[in-house]
Amino acid sequence: MIQFSNVFKRYENGHEALQNVNFTLHEGEMAFLTGHSGAGKSTLLKLIMRMEVATRGQVMIDGLHLAQMSKRHIPFLRRKVGVVFQDHQLLFDRSVFDNVALPLVIEGMDPTDIGKRVRAALDKVGLLSKEKFTPIMLSGGEQQRVGIARAVVNKPPILLADEPTGNLDPQLSAEIMQLFRQFNAVGVTVLIASHDLNLITRMGLRMLALSEGSITHDGVPR
Amino acid sequence: MIGKRPGHASKPSGATFPDQRRTSKPPPQNAVKRKPPNRLRSEPPPRKSTGGAQISKVKTSTRFRAWRRHHASMAADSLKRLLKAPGSSLMTWAVIAIALSLPVALYIFLNNAQLVSSNWDGTAQISLYLKSEVSDVEGRDLRQELQMQDDIAETRYMSKDQTLAEFKEFSGFGEALNYLDGNPLPAVIVVRPNINGIEAQEALVATLNDLPQVEEAQLDLAWVKRLFHIMELGQRMITALGLLLGLAVLLVVGNTIRLAIENRRQEIVVIKLIGATNAFVRRPFLYTGLWYGLGGGILAWILINTSLFWLDGPVRSLASAYASDFSLIGLSLRDSLLLLVSGTLLGWLGAWIAVGRHLGAIEPR
Repeated sequence: MIQFSNVFKRYENGHEALQNVNFTLHEGEMAFLTGHSGAGKSTLLKLIMRMEVATRGQVMIDGLHLAQMSKRHIPFLRRKVGVVFQDHQLLFDRSVFDNVALPLVIEGMDPTDIGKRVRAALDKVGLLSKEKFTPIMLSGGEQQRVGIARAVVNKPPILLADEPTGNLDPQLSAEIMQLFRQFNAVGVTVLIASHDLNLITRMGLRMLALSEGSITHDGVPR
Repeated sequence: MIGKRPGHASKPSGATFPDQRRTSKPPPQNAVKRKPPNRLRSEPPPRKSTGGAQISKVKTSTRFRAWRRHHASMAADSLKRLLKAPGSSLMTWAVIAIALSLPVALYIFLNNAQLVSSNWDGTAQISLYLKSEVSDVEGRDLRQELQMQDDIAETRYMSKDQTLAEFKEFSGFGEALNYLDGNPLPAVIVVRPNINGIEAQEALVATLNDLPQVEEAQLDLAWVKRLFHIMELGQRMITALGLLLGLAVLLVVGNTIRLAIENRRQEIVVIKLIGATNAFVRRPFLYTGLWYGLGGGILAWILINTSLFWLDGPVRSLASAYASDFSLIGLSLRDSLLLLVSGTLLGWLGAWIAVGRHLGAIEPR
């Protein structure tokens, strides 16, 4: 589903963000991406979303070669990749419902179907009762869950999360991780960037450790 | 799955994204209950499916419906946004309205001037000065003859005595003329042509000039020519002013849309991140421009008609002072529609320019 082969990424200012990164994440797999800040986690996620392009090497997502992808096709790639952002990226001028509905509106889904899907997604993250709220009325954890609902509402085959538990207390973090496991259980390929090593170890899942742009560990941590 | 050559892989699967989602994935509650293999197995078929044509047919029609729905909702949404900030929207509308109404007002003025001058056109007259050896009877015969011609509306004969009397009356040299022996003035036939256009009238003058009884035919062309040139100048001015102010509308709308884009930068970044196409991102701004243009056009129409209403009274009294029943001609239905359509188009175009310049620069980082 996600395949990196000999990927290098050098920014215009000369910073080598990724160096010779190789890994494959199969369909239905779930893994963590860890490393210190600046190790290249965000760059790796950005490459998957085609926000950045690899300087060298190949990034393939669901059989698509991203370097050769025309700009016209980028939106369709992004519809396949649900992303939970560290800073949520919610729109504060509209309700929780409208935020979660956005990916479906973009796809042009029928409004009645949108209602059903959005409520199902909000139910999943336990926010069904707050669909009419605006995000600003919600706590950080709740905003994070709105972000998760939005990322999964259109049922993308791939789910990325960038520090989804960054500012949450351990119990909330565990709950959110549980959510990701549930999505994974229905076949979604999940990749979570996190520096919370305790949590990762407890989950007992595959971990990719990045250090200075290279993968230093790939496997289940002990 | 990933072993395919990228060039081949990218296109077909790009085309099947929406299908996959709609055909292969159950709603979330069910999804949780169902086992993963189900989903895994059901995913590949749509991609390789031989029934692709059928699927894409459904897809095209639902896509078209979705596209129409989004247009309708963006049109409504952008209008609502404008009405939510009535103060600033009204200012933009007013600027556009003023820019549009200036050339239109000039157009109306010229239209009316043309109407007035066409009334006057009939009084453009040709004076035929007859040779002195032509007798009174011959002169009257010639007048009769000319009166029969199609291109002549009216003729009037003035004998030598009559011209002398008229000259005495109007020139103020009455007394002095008494000292002359004999009458130096020729008999005159005054001809009012039945044709319009300077060239046609000049041609008529030329034929009349060639008549054997005529010493000289004179058309009082100077003022007709001047008026004609003024009209032409006016028309050019309308074109120039129209182009210039049309450009102003483009810039005003473009700048307003640029601010709107700047205000919604965050939203643009987010929807681009979750897979909005450029057309999708562009749409609300294009509609905003369209509403600005249409609103400006409507306001310009109101401005113009109010001014015409305001001017109508004085114009009528002025006309009646000249014993004319002339009244101002306003905008016809066609002109009004043209005003609204060009306003709308200008707004839309201005938005296109702004969107083309500024939207590309907003990419998620």
